[in-house]
Amino acid sequence: MIFEKPAPIRDGFGNALLELGEKDPRVVVLTADLSEAIRVHWFAEKFPHRFFQMGIAESDMVGTAAGLAVAGKIPFVTTFAAFATSLANTPVRVSVAYNQANVKIATSHGGVCVGGDGATHQSIEDIALMRVLPGMTIVVPCDANEAYRATLAAAEYEGPLYLRLGRIATPILTKAHTPFKIGKAQVLAQGNDLAIIACGAMVGFALEAAQLLDKKGLRVRVINMHTVKPLDHSAVLKAAQECGALVTMEEHSIIGGLGSAVTELVAEKYPVPVERVGIRDVFGESGEPHEILEKYGLTTKDLVKACKRALKRKEPK
Amino acid sequence: MVQTAESVKLDIDHIKEMATQIRRDVIRMIAGVGSGHPGGALGAAEIFALLYGGVLRVDPRKLKDPHRDRFVLSNGHICAAFYSALSLKGFLPREELNTFRRINSRLQGHPARVKLPDLVETSSGPLGQGFSVANGIALALKLDGSRGRVYSLVGDGEIQEGQVWEALMTAAQHRLGNLTLIVSYNGLQIDGEVRKIKNLMPLKAKFESFGWECVETDGHDVVALYQALTEPAGGNPMSTDKPRAILAHTVMGKGVPFMENKAVWHGTCPTPAQAEEALLAIGKAKGFEDYPALSNPDLSTRKGGKR
Repeated sequence: MIFEKPAPIRDGFGNALLELGEKDPRVVVLTADLSEAIRVHWFAEKFPHRFFQMGIAESDMVGTAAGLAVAGKIPFVTTFAAFATSLANTPVRVSVAYNQANVKIATSHGGVCVGGDGATHQSIEDIALMRVLPGMTIVVPCDANEAYRATLAAAEYEGPLYLRLGRIATPILTKAHTPFKIGKAQVLAQGNDLAIIACGAMVGFALEAAQLLDKKGLRVRVINMHTVKPLDHSAVLKAAQECGALVTMEEHSIIGGLGSAVTELVAEKYPVPVERVGIRDVFGESGEPHEILEKYGLTTKDLVKACKRALKRKEPK
Repeated sequence: MVQTAESVKLDIDHIKEMATQIRRDVIRMIAGVGSGHPGGALGAAEIFALLYGGVLRVDPRKLKDPHRDRFVLSNGHICAAFYSALSLKGFLPREELNTFRRINSRLQGHPARVKLPDLVETSSGPLGQGFSVANGIALALKLDGSRGRVYSLVGDGEIQEGQVWEALMTAAQHRLGNLTLIVSYNGLQIDGEVRKIKNLMPLKAKFESFGWECVETDGHDVVALYQALTEPAGGNPMSTDKPRAILAHTVMGKGVPFMENKAVWHGTCPTPAQAEEALLAIGKAKGFEDYPALSNPDLSTRKGGKR
């Protein structure tokens, strides 16, 4: 499965599930009345006996998935990010994470790009909520191709895993043959003046910012940190050592997400200036995705500004 | 039909004595460590004695048998009785009960799957969680064509949790005829009487209106309870598509007169003198022994679990 044109990240997920359905009879899918929104309706049509419609009952869905996992299945539970991680937080904590149950929590609508639905449906804290749970792996693909490969990798991985899928169509940044390994970041652009570490739909902005800065003679490294936990320590520390300053960008609160993870690591191991681009401790609102991104400071322009601040703080070599 | 020991083919005396030993263990474990939840555990002694003494098709030598029955304890705080039953049937060393609630023990204050992956189907403690997991196991067993049946135990106070009602709908919707939910129905919760705090009645009618088969029974009458656990209400074979609930009327603190029907004993540890008095009231169990002092030092320091 290869996407050539911009496609919703969740389309990669839905297609990967179809392949997994054929390949592995242990794979089962659960949804809470959102089968089409997260593209599991294709799996449902093809594998009706391994698809469980759980109704509007996210907590029970997550608990049920834990039971399926305990009994040897590989369940994917699917709903919006806000509902899986916040509404169903206790079953995720106790029945999935504490049990080390082999449940894949796959969510759409992570971030603010849900458009008109507004703050209740914009999950700006899901990565933070999952990151504090011991043993939880967090994967945030940047395009439909990566979502496809990440979904296959998630099924192979043994243990609780949170797969965050954005809502909007994103440019295709990775190819079918781009290697994908959970926990291993990809360097999409080389450079030693500064490093941008981004995840999800923000990776495209990072590449744009790097191109803009390149015109000013600055070589910026772009790291696609598709796995927020476990964080690729060596990629971050290498960037800190070789570039001397870091900028993070995520469609998430700057508290508790990728920016926090990177900052915590470099503060302990190799302190360098870090600028974090993300939602600044506020709830979102209704609007077109591009309007929201603009208002809340998640554009290429905002990222370039942050890069300039980071460069200014960087100690001369 | 008159229910007699003969008609249910069960060693009634053995089950009764086992329940007595569970009660002794519960008191000794909790008093020994100085904390725990005696009330519900004492009240569920017959339930555990029956499950592990005759109902569950489980074998400590065949822990991976795909056709084994599964037990999911949803009201995890009463786990002293669960651990006791496991130890009495060869799933745990008897002396390991000494480690209950202590550092490095596999016998956590609330059951932990990571510590006992072959015996604890799911960690439980926050109420309302285990029941959903039991549904998931039952779904998986149906997919796999397993002959195993899933039994889950909840407390009546626990039913106030919203997730329980979600799970009730799930079990009916997905026709989990291979699931039995046992309610330890003692009418009490930490802050007092269930009916005064958030009333559940009429509980049987609620289960039935949710598409369940439901029977009420005395949770201390081992013959009646065995009948309820092994035969559906209408006398139908167990192949029914309906999940089955057993409202087992129990007495919190049963067997220890000063604890009976007193909500304070939900989570209060008896003093050494009270523990002595409790053990006297419970009496000795014929054919069983109290668990011995810890002689295997490995048990007190073991990390437990595979991962």
